[in-house]
Amino acid sequence: MKSTAVEASNYSDTKGKKAQKPKSLWGHAWTQLSRDKVAMLSLTIFALYTLVAFLSVTGLIASDWKNEVGLSYGVPSRDHWFGLDIFGRSVFAKTIKGTEVAMSVGFVVATISACIGIIFGSFAGFYGGKIDELIVWFYTVVSSVPNIMLVMAIALISGKGIHSVYLALGLTTWVNLCRLIRAEVIRHKDREYVQAAAAIGGGDFRKLFKHVLPNVFHIVIINFTLTFQIAIKSEVILSYLGLGVQGRPSWGVMINDAKLELARGYWWQLAAATFAMFFVLLALNILGDALRDSLDPKLKGK
Amino acid sequence: MNIYTYILRRLLYIFPVIIGVSFLIFILFNVVCPDPTLIMLGKHATPEQMAMLRTELGLDRPLWVQYFDILKSAFTFDFGRSWNTKQEIFQMIKNGAIPSLTFTVPGFIFSTITSLSIAVVVAFYRGKFLDKFFVVICVSMMSISSLAYILFFQWFFAYKLGMFEISGYEDGFPYFIPYVILPIIIWIILSLGYDLRFYRTVMLDEIYQDYVRTARAKGLSERVILFKHVLKNAMIPVITYVVIQIPYLILGALLIENFFGIPGLGSLVVDAINSNDFGVLKAMSILTSLAFIFFNLLSDVLYTMVDPRVRLK
Repeated sequence: MKSTAVEASNYSDTKGKKAQKPKSLWGHAWTQLSRDKVAMLSLTIFALYTLVAFLSVTGLIASDWKNEVGLSYGVPSRDHWFGLDIFGRSVFAKTIKGTEVAMSVGFVVATISACIGIIFGSFAGFYGGKIDELIVWFYTVVSSVPNIMLVMAIALISGKGIHSVYLALGLTTWVNLCRLIRAEVIRHKDREYVQAAAAIGGGDFRKLFKHVLPNVFHIVIINFTLTFQIAIKSEVILSYLGLGVQGRPSWGVMINDAKLELARGYWWQLAAATFAMFFVLLALNILGDALRDSLDPKLKGK
Repeated sequence: MNIYTYILRRLLYIFPVIIGVSFLIFILFNVVCPDPTLIMLGKHATPEQMAMLRTELGLDRPLWVQYFDILKSAFTFDFGRSWNTKQEIFQMIKNGAIPSLTFTVPGFIFSTITSLSIAVVVAFYRGKFLDKFFVVICVSMMSISSLAYILFFQWFFAYKLGMFEISGYEDGFPYFIPYVILPIIIWIILSLGYDLRFYRTVMLDEIYQDYVRTARAKGLSERVILFKHVLKNAMIPVITYVVIQIPYLILGALLIENFFGIPGLGSLVVDAINSNDFGVLKAMSILTSLAFIFFNLLSDVLYTMVDPRVRLK
């Protein structure tokens, strides 16, 4: 009787240990995130948009957007859900092509800006001294020119088209991340675990990239969702100013076209682009907030 | 650090920043940029024509002279003449500033007051339905393209309902009012989501501070805590946020001005982009950067004066 009780308690002990297997920050964040139904829905929407963009890039869907499929400005109907544009092209196909542009702009811009931000921010924070002063001066300079002026200048001189959109937005959106990473690296670089890494002979690169950066990487992820939104919104404005994508549909081009259509009662192109943009931005917004709550320990419980 | 040493150091730091900003503008427009004369004269330009235009625009001089020109213009405000209209750029900017300010300033004041008051109410009901409702509204408002707002409002209120002027502008005090009302409303709508969200975060940051718990423990009512303690302390980030936004008022709203035909600085920039008028673009970049540097300095100094904790860092 006694032995079984001991056994039972042993058993429950090991079981308890199994359940308490220490979770990493990421595991913990994922558990918390997956409990949040709205955040999971947002993640699904974002994944769907990415899938649509991917299918559109590979030409599996909407590759026939150029084809005339009906009368000029055909109203939304069963065959053409979002109606037709001035040349009788399907607005639905154009919206999908626009999704491709928006998502690629979002991904490329957020990636460029994350790379620059991580490199500058971590070097400034880690090495300090002259390097730090130089980088701080540099980002102060970049952030002193109002963003819209800088974006337009870069887009203007690098020629028109999607590549100049990537470049203009990628080169101007990194300052915020750089600042955050720098501050966080400064907080981390003298902690015990970094000293321990130094004690076993880890060099600067090892300390920085293997030990410090994984601990500040959550900032990069949160910032990624933010830069993604800024990029999508800015692409629309650049397209309006004639500095954006050329010769292919994008949400910005569609909204711009609507300028002349609205007064004549052709609302569907504006509505399609606006709603397409609305859902992905909303999803990114909610996702960003949920990620912040689950990844940033300082904000826990707020 | 002594407060005066701090302010002096902060003041002196604007010089390396101005040097950097003018260098950045120089690199973009004078070095990286492909030959502007080719863009301006088109494909069929002869080399002589291009050389002449280059001399006229001062692009044949050594690069360092061109750089010093830009740096000098940051202090003298002498930006030369427009590449397109041949007018004095400084005069053009002076003429454009007033129309921009006539709708950005009222828009900014109204949106700040509205969002700040809603933020206080929302902070009072934090976690309750009203709070959540406004958060959803904010996030939704931020997810719609600014272009879509402008287009829809102009079409619906000005064209369909005929409540406002569709576009145009008239100089002089009472005359411009009918033209700026709708732009002001759109400005408020455009900034409400961002502002309200920021102010709500600021208020909530303060509400969870220790001194609020103390005040509550003392038995003060929630209303007294909110207005007497929280709002007072929250004013520090609020003022910084407000001051930082002022340069953008000077820049005007590119899209709104373009849609409503307001001859402000935003329109000036859009026209300069369409006509490759680098002279105006350089001048506007420098001026707005200077404004940004100045107001940034101002907000830093204000911050140091009201919050002694900053100085210790």
